[in-house]
Amino acid sequence: MLARGSLAAGAWAWLAGVAAAAQPLRRAQRCAAAPVRPYSSRSKEKLDMSVFPVENIRNFSIIAHVDHGKSTLADRLLEMTGTITKTEHNKQVLDKLQVERERGITVKAQTASVFYNYEGINYLLNLIDTPGHVDFNYEVSRSLSACQGVILVVDANEGVQAQTVANFYLAFEAQLAIIPVINKIDLKNADPERVEKQIEKLFDLPEDDCIRISAKLGTNVERVLQHVIKKIPPPSAHTSNPLKALVFDSTFDHYRGVIASIALFGGEVQKGDKIVFAHTRKTYEVNEVGILTPDEQPTHKLYAGQVGYLIAGMKEVAEAQIGDTLYSHKEPVEPLPGFKSAKPMVFAGMYPVAQSEYNNLKSAVEKLTLNDSSVTIHRDNSVALGAGWRLGFLGLLHMEVFNQRLEQEYNASVILTAPTVPYKAVLSSAKLIKAYGKEEIIIINPAEFPDKNSVSEYLEPTILGTVITPYEYMGKITTMCQARRAVQKDVMYIDEQRVMLKYLFPLNEVVVDFYDTLKSLSSGYASFDYEDAGYQAADLVKMDFHLNGNTVEELATVVHKDKAYAVGKAICERLKDAIPRQLFEIAIQAVIGKKIIARETLKAYRKDVLAKCYGGDISRKMKLLKKQAEGKKKMRKIGNVEVPKDAFITVLKRQSNK
Amino acid sequence: IPRGLDEAVVRRCLAREAQTLIQLSQVQRWVHSVFFGGGTPSLASPLTIAAVLETVSQCARLAADAEVTLEANPTSAGASRLAGFRAAGVNRLSIGIQSVDDAELQLLGRDHTADEALRTLEEAKKLFPGRTSIDLIFGLPGQSVASWARGLERLLQLCDDHVSLYQLTLERGTSLFKLVQQGALPTPEQDMLAEMYEVARRMLQDAGFRQYEVSNFARNGALSTHNLSYWQGSQYIGIGPGAHGRFVPRGSGASLREARIQTLEPDNWMKEVLAWGHGTRKRVAQNPLDVLEEILALGLRTDVGIAHQHWLQFAPSLSLWDAFGASEEVKELEDQGLLLLDHRGLRCSWRGLAVLDSLLPTLLNQLQGGKGLSRHMQTTPSRQNP
Repeated sequence: MLARGSLAAGAWAWLAGVAAAAQPLRRAQRCAAAPVRPYSSRSKEKLDMSVFPVENIRNFSIIAHVDHGKSTLADRLLEMTGTITKTEHNKQVLDKLQVERERGITVKAQTASVFYNYEGINYLLNLIDTPGHVDFNYEVSRSLSACQGVILVVDANEGVQAQTVANFYLAFEAQLAIIPVINKIDLKNADPERVEKQIEKLFDLPEDDCIRISAKLGTNVERVLQHVIKKIPPPSAHTSNPLKALVFDSTFDHYRGVIASIALFGGEVQKGDKIVFAHTRKTYEVNEVGILTPDEQPTHKLYAGQVGYLIAGMKEVAEAQIGDTLYSHKEPVEPLPGFKSAKPMVFAGMYPVAQSEYNNLKSAVEKLTLNDSSVTIHRDNSVALGAGWRLGFLGLLHMEVFNQRLEQEYNASVILTAPTVPYKAVLSSAKLIKAYGKEEIIIINPAEFPDKNSVSEYLEPTILGTVITPYEYMGKITTMCQARRAVQKDVMYIDEQRVMLKYLFPLNEVVVDFYDTLKSLSSGYASFDYEDAGYQAADLVKMDFHLNGNTVEELATVVHKDKAYAVGKAICERLKDAIPRQLFEIAIQAVIGKKIIARETLKAYRKDVLAKCYGGDISRKMKLLKKQAEGKKKMRKIGNVEVPKDAFITVLKRQSNK
Repeated sequence: IPRGLDEAVVRRCLAREAQTLIQLSQVQRWVHSVFFGGGTPSLASPLTIAAVLETVSQCARLAADAEVTLEANPTSAGASRLAGFRAAGVNRLSIGIQSVDDAELQLLGRDHTADEALRTLEEAKKLFPGRTSIDLIFGLPGQSVASWARGLERLLQLCDDHVSLYQLTLERGTSLFKLVQQGALPTPEQDMLAEMYEVARRMLQDAGFRQYEVSNFARNGALSTHNLSYWQGSQYIGIGPGAHGRFVPRGSGASLREARIQTLEPDNWMKEVLAWGHGTRKRVAQNPLDVLEEILALGLRTDVGIAHQHWLQFAPSLSLWDAFGASEEVKELEDQGLLLLDHRGLRCSWRGLAVLDSLLPTLLNQLQGGKGLSRHMQTTPSRQNP
């Protein structure tokens, strides 16, 4: 479910960079976090988890805006509890993926169980690291539902940002205990008083409750741990109840299959138990259970209130879907609420740069989706770009991360088309309703866009966006949002300098270059986050592009009527630049139905002949001509217009620098 | 001829290579033309020119009226040197005037002035009346259609019976290329270049010139026999560093035409000639299709195009009608008024000639994929080399 998205400023710029050498996922972690651990070395000896009764367990997450120091705080907590040895190298231990470390984001949730003695009692603290980002809101909400409290980290310099707000509300709605922490107080420009006031104003959390820390230096981190024990309640779960566990993450290991991260809401589980996944109704026999420290550490059993991993012979991540409930096959239980199948909200075509690379890319995509069941894949065939796929992602960042992992971890280079969103149509034609078997259909491919005459209403997905910006940029941002058909829902001054704006946006207005534009309008100071806001009726039209009257199928697009001219004109202009001049004039038209709404004219080539062609020039010229003749055979012909593949790529590709 | 090389040795090498290759080609008929070009042959001594011509006439039958052209640039071709070349046997002069605007000449990196160019033209006309050609360049950065037309107008008053017009190509490594690349000079617009070409063609036509090839104009029948032979697919021997040739080396028992290139670096070329009698660096045998492709691509550069008879000399079993008559795409080009296939043969229209390079890929594909090609490929190649 696409719900929130806040994109790191640096992250997008980074995409232009060249991918570094790929690094195997697991090894990255081992290198960084391999030192001897007092409680949890990777010994064969299994831990006895029965020594931790429910009242001595705390399950919590750290939530923060990007770069506010979530991962650094996690590192300190792990060091302090002896889970990892304190070294210079503990940088974002829980961020295992290369993209995560480079972009300072967390894509995949990681969990670490730590042991902490406080006032003579041994506590089991389970730090459930949420995906710190964007499109992974559903995962965040599942991770949070395994917790009873959160540490809300805010940068003492930057203050509350859009993602802080979104994270707060997620935790608040889940009725979790919230421990506000102001980080980076060691920075020169730190202004913790101001941030405390913002937190009080926005979240109604008393100023006095905030803990001022420097995760980098370790200042006051011990206090945070004590607050976790004092302020966060233990889970309410009983070992005497039947087994009921939430799957809040799943990863794929080539040797052991799917490893599910689970939180036990009741009962206990051990090797040999027969378990059932509520959603798939499939039964498995448990091979291994254990806790994550953050490496897998086998235990004899896991008990109610505890958090750990489970391996039970699942071969695909889709078999252990995030949010699913598992129970004992002897005692079925009511599944936990809130399960949803991943629903893609952003679609893009993906093609190999050269068709000869198709098979390599195919295997890379397959390997990557082993670990990420939220990506949907449909084979697609474009006359211009060849065989490829139409991929569905949870959101834009999800798409970027996927693409980046393909490049970095599998060394694959791809053509990614501009993203589109899933529209809907409410059908009015009885014939069509019968054909589809339903009244409301989802339109992903513009080719399937039903005609206005057989539709009572078109619908487009919307999001509720939160922008936090210094006041001085408000005017520009408001104008930009209005130009993107956004409706203002709320304006709130969070302190003397900052304002929080809430807008209802059509999703398609945000998927292309919104974030970059926002950042450039605000000199990088505005932050943005969003949550799903359902569908709204929209005046949608299908726009075709014609070359001398012939339709170019792969360029058809669905747009809002108000945007049709601007989009049509922009694409016509791009086509004009991308198609080489030919022997005749070419009319490039954007067409809706039969109406031409934009037009560019590519004039005929009037001179194209080599001036000097004598003895020494002939061989070179013939070689060139033969190459052109070969190229001509491969060109896509629209009517009599020849369109090179590059032209399609130029027009269809995401425009990164706009 | 590069500085620092002993011209006497170079002379001996040129003569030696000419001898070797003429014998290899077993030229039986007359040699109709000799062309001294590429670089600045007018820097050479008339003795060298004479030595090469002497060798040619010894090894083959050099017709008394054979065309012997020398490329000259205005700074190295004073009146006395021109007379010397004439005495050595040169009977046609091609002068690289390029422009009559000093600023343009400077831009082009030429070391002559407009005055020098015009003086050389005057001298040449006296020595080679009716057989003096001038080279002109258009499409310089900053040049307008009007200024180009003015310069041409002026030259048309002064020139002899042959003019070659070349659109400037920016060559990598030149300072002009760099200036345009850096944006210090504007890139000439495609449409403007087309206009300059068109204007020049009209002006030359009005002045009584026949455009007998894409870049070449002649009046009073002063066509260059030598250059015409390239476009008609005749055989030729290339002598000297970097020279290209096309001939059947019958002396070595071969029956296929070869595309040959001589070694480019002058000192290496000389060593090779001294060692083996020639400096041939590369030989590529041309199959019948290769030859036909050249006939097509080069023949269409001329105003008369490719006559049926001419084509049949190279492809006795594949007429132009066979090759192109049934093609939809060729038909389309005809309909657009760019190409003509009729009782005379295949040729470009006035408009088509200016866009020939866009027509050729279509025609080459047609030739390759056409019916009857295999039949042509099987015929003996002996007749394909008139």
